[in-house]
Amino acid sequence: MAQSKDRKLPAPTVSAETEAYWNAAAQGKLLVRKCTACGELHHYPRTICPFCFSDRTEWIEASGKGTIYSFSVMRRAPVPYAMAYVTLAEGPRMVTNIVDCDLDKLACEQPVKVVFKPTEDGPPLPMFTPA
Amino acid sequence: MSIKGKAYIAGIYEHPTRLAKDISLAQIHAQTAKGALEDAGLTKDDVDGYFCAGDAPGLGPMSMVEYMGLKPRHVDSTDTGGSSYVLHVGHAAEAIAMGKCKVALITLAGRPRAEGMATGTVPRSRGGTPTPDEPFEFPYGPTVVNMYAMCAARHMYEFGTTSEQLAWIKVAASHHAQHNPHALLRDVVTVEDVVKSPMISDPLHRLDCCVITDGGGAIVVVAPEIARSLKRPKVKLIGAAEAMKTQMGGKVDLTYSGARSTGPASFAEAGIKPADIKYVSIYDSFTITVLMQLEDLGFAEKGKGGRLVADGNLIAGQGKLPFNTDGGGLCSNHPGNRGGLTKVLEAVRQLRGEAHPAVQVKNCDLALAHGTGGSLGLRHGSSTVILERE
Ligand SMILES: [Zn+2]
Repeated sequence: MAQSKDRKLPAPTVSAETEAYWNAAAQGKLLVRKCTACGELHHYPRTICPFCFSDRTEWIEASGKGTIYSFSVMRRAPVPYAMAYVTLAEGPRMVTNIVDCDLDKLACEQPVKVVFKPTEDGPPLPMFTPA
Repeated sequence: MSIKGKAYIAGIYEHPTRLAKDISLAQIHAQTAKGALEDAGLTKDDVDGYFCAGDAPGLGPMSMVEYMGLKPRHVDSTDTGGSSYVLHVGHAAEAIAMGKCKVALITLAGRPRAEGMATGTVPRSRGGTPTPDEPFEFPYGPTVVNMYAMCAARHMYEFGTTSEQLAWIKVAASHHAQHNPHALLRDVVTVEDVVKSPMISDPLHRLDCCVITDGGGAIVVVAPEIARSLKRPKVKLIGAAEAMKTQMGGKVDLTYSGARSTGPASFAEAGIKPADIKYVSIYDSFTITVLMQLEDLGFAEKGKGGRLVADGNLIAGQGKLPFNTDGGGLCSNHPGNRGGLTKVLEAVRQLRGEAHPAVQVKNCDLALAHGTGGSLGLRHGSSTVILERE
């Protein structure tokens, strides 16, 4: 049993392009960018769709549900943590951490749900915990 | 139009140091350049093309061109991390084929040990204008090792690859490194040694990781008529390819690398197949890097790399696919955390018959060198060259 511990998180750099994403995170919502031209969702969010290059993109709210695509517990850190890619129920895979969990009990394809963890002086980060 | 047969590697040099406390970065670049030119039988004034990457001090190639007193009519400072120098060999051949230069010099140098850099286990620090991906990655703590580890974890999940299979890659490298007097790690290790070494980031152990070294190297690529005028064995470039592999807007697949396209493209240009290759130099930042690239280059079916690398199959003299006979980045040298250039060097030594006799591959007429730069798990550049002994 190796229960994960909270660690100090640096704030993300917020730009005009992604400000809405971080404002939503502060309200406990996970946004994904959707292209209305080709219908694809992508992550990280851009104003121009990386699949069809249309600029007709918009924010949608994700369910916050997903599965672990892959993970690695960083043992050589002052506070060990679980780096991960999570596949959102909506499709895109995102870089994240798995938190509030037993670090020795994680598995690929394990169901997870979003939680938000505070950063040092910026908006919180969407992370995931076993569902 | 193809680069096949349009350029030759005439000179190589690997800096013997692994800890460059009393040598400057520029000095290492120049020392390796001097070594490679002397190896070729050329002089500085013969150089009319210069290639370097982000490890060179200053803006692009400018400071090093000035420091070394070069007068290039063609420069290229494309930076794809550790794979840059393999890519530079291909770019040099393109420039030579187009008549833009005849003697291309490629240099690499780095001093991460002397500078006390925590290379693999600390997120690379922020600096300059943030990249668009940075806010969505950096705060989560991606490091070199944990991002490669995630590729290994997914490979194990999908294909049943084991830590013992990965360990064989280090074992093979260590068998080769014992014969290299300059190698940082010269002790032969066992599978058990690897899997019992401390876990760094699951599933990668300390011995799944490459060494951190200072040093550098240089390559001289020349036009055919220059190669014919020199006394060194002729190593001809017959295939080259490059690719970028990214997260693709959230459709990332960690089980393959950019080699999936550079392998087939370079083999097609060379007009040969993987089974024809006698020796491979494969980027070895971690054991998983080697396994995935070997699959992607076509030496094993996807998912079956574990079987290919196990049981000493990569060890010269015993296995079917001798790899990194200098000990590679896993045991010998990973100068400046950029291991692509040294991959080309050992391939050239093998083709010339100048590898250590204990690891020299018999009748080595075709070799492949491949690099992966950046992060296998985030975004990376891949480059392959196929070389033939003429
Ligand atoms: Zn689109």
